[in-house]
Amino acid sequence: MQNIALIISATLMLLLTAVFAWVIANSKKSLAFEKVAKRAYEARIYLFLLIAVLGVVLTTLTLTPWPHDNDKDEVTRQIDVQAQQWLWTMSDDKVRVGEIIEFLLTSKDVNHGFALYAPNNKIVAQMQVMPSLTNKVRYAFNTAGTYKILCLEYCGLAHHGMVAEITVTK
Amino acid sequence: MTLTQNKYPNTHSMRPTEVLGIKLYMGTTFAVILLMMFMGIAMRASQAGWLNVPADKFYQLLTMHGAGMVGIAGLGGAGVMWAFLRRYVHLNAQFLHLNYAFFMTGVLLILGAIFIGGYSGGWTFLWPLPAKSMGVWSANAAAAFIAGLLFIGVGFLAFYFDAALAITRQYGSILHGLGLNQLISGKINKDHPPTVVASSMVIIVNVVGILVGAIVLAVTLANLYFPELTINPLLAKNMIYFFGHVFINASIYMAVIAVYELLPLYTGRPWKVSRVFYAAWACVTLFVMAVYPHHLLLDGVMPKSLLAMGQIVSYLSGIPVLLVTVYGALMLVYKANVQWDAPARWLLLSMFGWAIGVIPAIVDGTIHANKVMHNTTWVPGHFHLYLLVGLLPMLIGFSLYAFDIKRGLINTWQNVIFWAFAMGGTLFCVTFLLGGWASVPRRWATHWTEWMAYDRAGTVFGALVITAMLFITAFIIKQLFAGRYSDEK
Repeated sequence: MQNIALIISATLMLLLTAVFAWVIANSKKSLAFEKVAKRAYEARIYLFLLIAVLGVVLTTLTLTPWPHDNDKDEVTRQIDVQAQQWLWTMSDDKVRVGEIIEFLLTSKDVNHGFALYAPNNKIVAQMQVMPSLTNKVRYAFNTAGTYKILCLEYCGLAHHGMVAEITVTK
Repeated sequence: MTLTQNKYPNTHSMRPTEVLGIKLYMGTTFAVILLMMFMGIAMRASQAGWLNVPADKFYQLLTMHGAGMVGIAGLGGAGVMWAFLRRYVHLNAQFLHLNYAFFMTGVLLILGAIFIGGYSGGWTFLWPLPAKSMGVWSANAAAAFIAGLLFIGVGFLAFYFDAALAITRQYGSILHGLGLNQLISGKINKDHPPTVVASSMVIIVNVVGILVGAIVLAVTLANLYFPELTINPLLAKNMIYFFGHVFINASIYMAVIAVYELLPLYTGRPWKVSRVFYAAWACVTLFVMAVYPHHLLLDGVMPKSLLAMGQIVSYLSGIPVLLVTVYGALMLVYKANVQWDAPARWLLLSMFGWAIGVIPAIVDGTIHANKVMHNTTWVPGHFHLYLLVGLLPMLIGFSLYAFDIKRGLINTWQNVIFWAFAMGGTLFCVTFLLGGWASVPRRWATHWTEWMAYDRAGTVFGALVITAMLFITAFIIKQLFAGRYSDEK
């Protein structure tokens, strides 16, 4: 997902940069504003329609099924995770490859952020952790190794030290 | 080439007290931004392993940098809005000064809270963190911070009260100022100023935003001394992000008035209202308030409908920005034989920063992407693009136009400074985005070795921006003391 996000962003940002460069390169030339406006307004209608269609398609594709409902019916087991300043307490920190774990997240004190990092140190799942509420997040562990849980919601002095590990074995 | 001057209904020249007000706003803005930039680069250099900032000090800097930059963006934006809105309606300078007095009082409280009291609960004061510091700061320190924000909010409410009154006197109501009556009737008055439209939108959203913020701030304050007085943490989170999102967006929408007013002077083409323009601003009014759930996309306990709205409105929000304001600016520039004086360059740069910043913001507003990008450095990547490379160049463009009448910033130096800022600023943001792609957490005092390459590149580009800003700030502040204001006779 990170790669997709980067590629889409970089492509569109570079495209916009090219548009700005093209307009600036033409900024010292002269053309009656009426002519510029007429063409530009026509082009804007098509651009608007293109963006509208893309927006509808993208919205449909990304919201159905509901993004937080992945692997809902195949959860192998649940692990309770309690966050507090500045440590994680888990009912279990060992998982077998192939298991689909549903983490039940609660906080004893303030807001925290549960971010699951794969052995390659990239985030694979994330959810907020709040006092007096239980959030759920699921993940299918398909690779063996040491996963890490980092707190990604600022929670005070030792926020950056709030790291735990999950060992995934075959 | 002689710059084309607009015809303003309110032709009176600026009085000394009004000029003083604008000078105070812009002088304070640039001084604070520079100071906050030094704090920012200290954090970046510390994450890079080049500077040893202890964790407690790092999070104090983090809190100060966030509160300072958001607050000063509001003050600078308000200065721009007031300077142009006064051309169309009769504003009372006393409210301009009153807002400044409240703002500075708030700043003093916040400075004391952080650097004397050790408060480091983040500018977002995410409840109940202010009350749960684990002994790092006291209830009094947290209270001073909260009170500081409340002072700033009250000042802005007074500022908007006067502006709302003035628009209502001139146009009948705020909604008329927004052009809603013209949009509905289809009878477009081409002479209705875009400045009044933007100001009306800002007044509507920011008054609501500040009031919501004031409620949650008041509860947070009460909770510090009466722990039995609590609020549902999810409700508090909703209110905080609503307030924060609206306030920072309103700052951009105030500052963009400089683009509407000044870019036409350098292109010789007018920026007129139209049905599309009115529709865009009516939508922006709704979108800015409705989009805030995109900050809560990872709160699974939120109603699905609100989260879906957060994503959809994130997408929709890009349309008025890109297809109306940015597109309109490019239309003004294309084959217009533009006189590329310093203000024009900065104003177009602001459009570039805002435009490209919207893209990663929209990507992050997609729940699937948010699940792996939220609270990574991807987030400061996109918001620095439309604040550092968007909003700040709007303020620079305005200040150079308003206070550098003789165009003292000579071309050679202007080119070097401009490109150092533009390239340094953009690449500084790109290092944040790349860090986000690599899952580097934001708001971490210490970074792992494998993340430091992004931090180091960010520090180098940040140093380039600060070098440029040193020259810009020194020049603008010198002009404030020595120069006249362009509307002053």
